Amino acid sequence: MAGNRTYVRFDWLIIFMYFILVTMGWINIYSASLSDSAKGFLDFDQIYGKQMIWIGLSVVLIIFVLAIESKFYESYASVIYIVSLLSLLGLFVFGTTIAGTTAWYDFGGTRLQPSEFAKIATALALSKYVSDIQTNMQELKHQIAAFVILALPVILIIMQPDPGSVLVYAAFVFPLYREGLHGVYLLLALFAIILFVSTLAFGTIWVAIGIILVAAAIFFRNRKRRPNIIKYILISVGCIAFALSVNYIFNNVFKQHHRDRFNIVLGKEVDSRGIGYNTNQSEIAISNGSWLGKGWTQGTQTKGNFVPEQHTDYIFSTVGEEWGFVGSMVVILLFVGLITRIIFRAEKQKSQFGRVYGYSVAAILFLHFFVNIGMVTGIFPTVGIPLPFFSYGGSALWGFTILLFIFVKLDGSNYHYS
Amino acid sequence: MRKIVLIALVLISGVLFTARLFYLQVYDASPDSLSQNSAIKVMYDYPQRGYMFDRNNKLLVSNQPSYDVMVVPKDVKPLDTLEFCGLLKITKEEFKEILRKARVYSPRLPSVVIPQLNKADYASLSEKMYKYEGFYIQRRSLREYQVDHSANVMGYIAEVNNAIIENNPYYQMGELIGTAGVEKEYEEVLRGVKGVKYIQKDRFNRDIGPYKEGLFDTLPVRGNDVQLTIDATLQKYGEELMIHKRGGIVAIEPATGEILALVTAPSYDPSLLVGRDRSKNFTKLWYDTIAKPLYDRVLMGEYPPGSPFKTLTALIGLHENVVDTLDTFSCYRGYRYGNRTLGCHSHPSPLAMVSGIANSCNAYFCNVYKRIIDKYPNPREGIDHWREGLLSFGLGDFLGYDLPSGKRGNIPTSKYYNKIHDFPAHNWSSLATISNAIGQGEVLLTPMQMANFTAAIANRGYYYTPHIIKNIIGPDTIPQKFKEKHYTTVEPENFKPVVEGMFQVYKRGTASSIQIPGIDICGKTGTAENFTKINGKRVQLTDHSIFVAFAPKDNPKIAIAVFVENGYWGSRWAGRIAGLMIEKYLKGEITRTDMEKYVLEGSLEAEYAKPYSGQPFSINK
Repeated sequence: MAGNRTYVRFDWLIIFMYFILVTMGWINIYSASLSDSAKGFLDFDQIYGKQMIWIGLSVVLIIFVLAIESKFYESYASVIYIVSLLSLLGLFVFGTTIAGTTAWYDFGGTRLQPSEFAKIATALALSKYVSDIQTNMQELKHQIAAFVILALPVILIIMQPDPGSVLVYAAFVFPLYREGLHGVYLLLALFAIILFVSTLAFGTIWVAIGIILVAAAIFFRNRKRRPNIIKYILISVGCIAFALSVNYIFNNVFKQHHRDRFNIVLGKEVDSRGIGYNTNQSEIAISNGSWLGKGWTQGTQTKGNFVPEQHTDYIFSTVGEEWGFVGSMVVILLFVGLITRIIFRAEKQKSQFGRVYGYSVAAILFLHFFVNIGMVTGIFPTVGIPLPFFSYGGSALWGFTILLFIFVKLDGSNYHYS
Repeated sequence: MRKIVLIALVLISGVLFTARLFYLQVYDASPDSLSQNSAIKVMYDYPQRGYMFDRNNKLLVSNQPSYDVMVVPKDVKPLDTLEFCGLLKITKEEFKEILRKARVYSPRLPSVVIPQLNKADYASLSEKMYKYEGFYIQRRSLREYQVDHSANVMGYIAEVNNAIIENNPYYQMGELIGTAGVEKEYEEVLRGVKGVKYIQKDRFNRDIGPYKEGLFDTLPVRGNDVQLTIDATLQKYGEELMIHKRGGIVAIEPATGEILALVTAPSYDPSLLVGRDRSKNFTKLWYDTIAKPLYDRVLMGEYPPGSPFKTLTALIGLHENVVDTLDTFSCYRGYRYGNRTLGCHSHPSPLAMVSGIANSCNAYFCNVYKRIIDKYPNPREGIDHWREGLLSFGLGDFLGYDLPSGKRGNIPTSKYYNKIHDFPAHNWSSLATISNAIGQGEVLLTPMQMANFTAAIANRGYYYTPHIIKNIIGPDTIPQKFKEKHYTTVEPENFKPVVEGMFQVYKRGTASSIQIPGIDICGKTGTAENFTKINGKRVQLTDHSIFVAFAPKDNPKIAIAVFVENGYWGSRWAGRIAGLMIEKYLKGEITRTDMEKYVLEGSLEAEYAKPYSGQPFSINK
């Protein structure tokens, strides 16, 4: 067996950045959750003490993940996927409901959130399917099949309901695009988002007028090529219909708190006490930081617990307040560096499975990074998803750790064949 | 293309977040002010307010602790309401209402349950306070007045209002500030500097310890004590003499400009504006629009000065060289001009200057005045020269004393007469302004200004700006402007005949009835006509009784102006009161007990009631 001539070279840069991020995360969780009753760094009743345990267990997980033969992940991808779907299904029987969302299993006080692990399973299953020699992403039936792989966990998570976690599955459009999905899907998604947001911001009528003007402009620009005017009209009508449906979706499908979140980011509502409180306090905390920050455990917004959920989804506001612009930039650069490094390594994969999986990891991390920091700095609507490696929480940390280190293992095993 | 889309998006996001963070943290960073940070509570430690002493180091006002019962509604546990209400001396319903309001204001922040408990109530309550969770006693400092007079001098402190807070960042809601009298004028000296503590709060507004271990905290600095120029004995005596009269007394030490007494009547006991009944009492004083106890008549009242003003006419006449002390003028029961007569009383005629002053002859001073004005090519220039002389006595403008209220009075200008006579369309002559000669007409003075020009005469040609501060204890200074002599335009030698005239007023003239054994007083009586409006009709009231004086004649120790509204002739009330004040100050005891009895027992309340009676009334009786 080729595996006997072990030639494994892990990408130490990724591992290094991972540990830096986890350590910085813990330092900020310590500050954000510090209370009077704390008894030193190793007080396991405290949030930061528990996170210490999660980090310790992550190291154990890493050893396991790296010890397992890399072929295992590809061979058992379907099994892992099915187990993961079952774990999501099982929630409706055994799950614990918190704040209206049934997303956790409760093991005597320790809660696990299977949707954090479903990402890994989906990434593996998708990679396996796409890397199959039979699969061609340019064919509709394969596109549909890939879509179904994504849709199953998405449907189960929507039913919890947990819209934040669902959003993450949009990340898979990137590996699919990389593997041959027509770029029009990406553009379509982008165009739909632009239409959606501008309809909410400016109203259907202005968007309709804009669509007609743009269509007319393109038409006249291409008139020498004798464009089919009917096609233009149909596309324009389709767009306007979409814009009209946006209002319907917004007012009838969205719940009030979703609407509020959009309205605040679009600047239509200013409400720094009610729904806007989180974002407002978070922005104040970040602004307090200035160049160098107020220093560790010295942030006044952080100490006063003004930012709700600061140790979980809003952990970045602690970074902003206590470490300032410089500290924030370090975190941003680490994330950008980690994600680009993963993409870089994914491109180097010899197996298509490894590449698709690497892209999935990078895209998932990117989506979390973008949505979370966008939310904390007030340029994206409030969507409750954690900042990878930073935010408090065992499931999330373990999920991201396994997700990342499977890729590290795949990447490291790449050298077997050279 | 397929390889770079995701990388490009990652990098774009990085740039986007960098820009956003730069905007939030560096470009748009709000000023890092501790007091504006919602996570930091600023707590103040209030210093003791400075005491006030009189010129003889008698304590006028100190401080007393006061105790407010406070409540934090969220911390209140079930309690024995009946017993607690008994201790607080309120009914159960009142208690419930107070608690309800406190809860509406904030469940987590303290509200006042009972303000300003006295020491006895505090003693009985403090023992049992532990039983009532959520309630506590907050100690504050209030004024404690050691005397029942000088309310108009000392002034009072009150809670700052929004306008003050906006203009002066030192003050916070609920703090006290001097709002009248010395309390206002010397606010920054008396208040000291409050200490500041920064407390870190959490989002429920609870304290969670000092910010940065108290690095930015400061200690309070006690306010400075002040010594006033007031003679407490004289002030108290003056206020007693003025009971049942309206008007005021100003006594000045001519050699220094120090105000020895500043009496306005009616006044009030300063203690009324302290404690649980403060707002009730203040409202009562504020809405007494007839007697106006909060209105300082000696600083704010602008009155026609009447005959004391003749001394100034004489001085300016001598200065302008239009009259000699030996020049005599005839009096035909008044001063005749055109087909009109400005009346006078019965006295020998013709008179020279000393007798003119002693007998207060209107005709004499009309002649002098006319010569002053007509010395110049036209009456406009004449008026302006005359006015210039008067201004040098501190008339027609704020004197610059250190009390926060005052009026300019009025010395008319040529512009003013041009306007009312429609010059140059119509010409006007000195005779049009002849009433000015005798302190009637357009001339208006505050009693403070009367005392000041009397002091200038006592000094034979200069005065110090009157002031109430004798010493700021600690730095041991007073403002430099109170140490500067202000010279009048009139030469020192020209004061001699006027002083002699004022002495003759006392020896044999209009004030001979107030003679006090052993004291040589120079004075001048005044009887000023005055009018009011009743239902829109101009009605004459009983004359104001006025007296200005200084004593002794040589090396004067006190200059005084007394003004009694509607007291009829000058020596009737004002003269007597001035005499008693002078004797009290110079001798420390009263020999003219007959005069004292007359004044103390006399009342003008019936006179003051006349215009409000709705009935026709007669005056000058």
